[in-house]
Amino acid sequence: MSGIQIHNLVKQWDEVRAVDDVSFEVPQGSLTVLLGPSGCGKSTILRMIAGLEDASDGEILIDGNDVTREDPSRRGVSMVFQSYALFPHLSVRENILFGLKVRRVPVAEQEKRLLEAAELVGLAHLLDRKPANLSGGQRQRVALSRTIVSNQPVCLMDEPLSNLDAKLRAEMRDEICALQRKLSLTMVYVTHDQIEAMSMADQVVLLKGGQVEQVGTPTDLYEAPQTTFAASFLGMPPMNVIPLDQISGGEALQGGLPQARPDWLLGIRPEQIRIAENGIPVEVTAADYMGAETVLRLQHGKQVVMARVHGRPPADVGDKLRIAWAADDIHLFDENGARRGGPDTAVSQPAL
Amino acid sequence: MHLSRDTMRHVHGWLLLTPAAVLLVSFTHYPTIATVINSFFSKGNSVRPSRFIGIDNYQAMTQDPIFWKVLVNNMWFAVGTIPTSIALAIIMALLVNRAMPGRSFVRMAYFTPTILPMIAVANIWLFFYSPDIGLIDQITSWFGISGHNWLGDPDTVLSAIIVMTVWKEAGFFMIFYLAALQHIPPELGEAAKLEGASRWYYFRRVLFPLLMPTSLFVLINAVLNSFKLVDHLFVLTKGGPDNASNLLLYYIFENAFSYFDTNYAATLTVVLLGLLAIMALAQFFVLDRRIHYR
Ligand SMILES: Nc1ncnc2c1ncn2[C@@H]1O[C@H](COP(=O)(O)OP(=O)(O)O)[C@@H](O)[C@H]1O
Ligand SMILES: [Mg+2]
Repeated sequence: MSGIQIHNLVKQWDEVRAVDDVSFEVPQGSLTVLLGPSGCGKSTILRMIAGLEDASDGEILIDGNDVTREDPSRRGVSMVFQSYALFPHLSVRENILFGLKVRRVPVAEQEKRLLEAAELVGLAHLLDRKPANLSGGQRQRVALSRTIVSNQPVCLMDEPLSNLDAKLRAEMRDEICALQRKLSLTMVYVTHDQIEAMSMADQVVLLKGGQVEQVGTPTDLYEAPQTTFAASFLGMPPMNVIPLDQISGGEALQGGLPQARPDWLLGIRPEQIRIAENGIPVEVTAADYMGAETVLRLQHGKQVVMARVHGRPPADVGDKLRIAWAADDIHLFDENGARRGGPDTAVSQPAL
Repeated sequence: MHLSRDTMRHVHGWLLLTPAAVLLVSFTHYPTIATVINSFFSKGNSVRPSRFIGIDNYQAMTQDPIFWKVLVNNMWFAVGTIPTSIALAIIMALLVNRAMPGRSFVRMAYFTPTILPMIAVANIWLFFYSPDIGLIDQITSWFGISGHNWLGDPDTVLSAIIVMTVWKEAGFFMIFYLAALQHIPPELGEAAKLEGASRWYYFRRVLFPLLMPTSLFVLINAVLNSFKLVDHLFVLTKGGPDNASNLLLYYIFENAFSYFDTNYAATLTVVLLGLLAIMALAQFFVLDRRIHYR
């Protein structure tokens, strides 16, 4: 089996266990996103795959070979750094060719790959510039070109878009995806941005405190979060996770989910909340109008509930409303935050 | 009377500049010009007062074998100290720029010679170099090599002084390289490592070029120091034996304060100033073009 396999990977700094028994697989030619809040160990995992950091325990297989102790340059990986790691004194051309020169690729071959890559990312007219004279997006493209010319089957990216403005970020997302497909790269992409994860990934590995929280496709994660952490990490605004005892049980559960216990938690996506004639009484405490939709911040007793409705705000701040949702849209989590029921449990667990 | 705002701005500007200008003029510009003027006058005494003699002092200088000797000495001193101390500084900076146990201790150890006054350094090395009882001779005596008068032998005295100067200067230059190295992002090294670049390749293609602005600064300092640093001669050799370790600035001092020939000293000083100016300009114009500044 090719691609990347990570088995029980551990990284222990003096006191911090930055990566704690992490296992996942990256199928060949697919794009896996490591997603999680800052400090959850994403970069550390990526750097261990690259060989820039030694693993404290566990193993890393690339193309079926154990590379856990292999030299970084012989693992068949290329890497795009958050800061791009361009050599400031070298021209774009020299930056792109740096790796090929180290590896003593014949000059004619170097030139061929350089021109192909420059063409592919639209840098052909900038080859003689220094990095200081490039825009953020152009620097990003130089970093991508380095990956392209390296011809390595595995590409690792550590928050490559975080230094770009919002518009450029959307553009580069598409470009990176297109590139990954075109070159059938096996890609591991680190980000804390759920939009990047949702829009780019074939598979998302959600991390929390150095441990894997959930592995699945973006739709798996969104539609069937396995934990309250996953539920409240994805979505804008994220899923409402409400202790059942905050809302009178019968009303909240809409008559469904008989297994629920009073100390469990209910999850409901903001877009699945509707304003109803009779339902749970709430007060509007904020209404953020965004054009196509409005995000409402609603208060029920001490519980805050976020709701997303089409178009203009249906009510002003201070107004009283009633809300309801369908029993089919309810996710249920037990007192430890693990999933106990919800819409497509059956879909995502076909083995049952 | 009413001064325009524009005039007032100029007046303010000049007032603010005045303190610095007064200091510069009285301690730099005036002495320089006075020196040049002095060099055209003869040595005066109570019988014959000093008088204008044109370039006679310069002619006498070209006939003065000691002048040529100290100039050649100074050249060897520069050649011996500058490349070695810069190379050592880079190596030491690379060594202590890594994570390792006792790093700050080693950094301090490398820097200590710089903190010490030159006179103190010279005293330490006087002990090292003393014939028979000195540290070097004691060590060589274990191997059955008999003592040597390092500072008393015209063949070894200049080398002995060069070694000591390198010891003193390398730590100072190391600090600049260390600061520069810490501004180089570690990802550059990691990117190179992923491609399989050896440490030497990475140093040659990336670190060294990125350190060039520092190198230029250090080089200028080193060149100036090779003419300016003479304190140790007072302690160690007084320029001897037979001027074998005499350097230009020390020779100027001797002329001015031992032989009281201030006019000849002024002549030599003009030569020194000229040399320094030429070298500083050459470095800026030749090297500056090839250096990448961030
Ligand atoms: N060199 C290091 N020494 C000690 N702790 C580190 C080091 N690098 C990272 N850590 C710690 O490991 C944890 C994970 O870091 P990192 O992988 O960079 O997180 P992320 O990329 O997800 O933001 C953090 O708590 C961080 O403080
Ligand atoms: Mg990170």
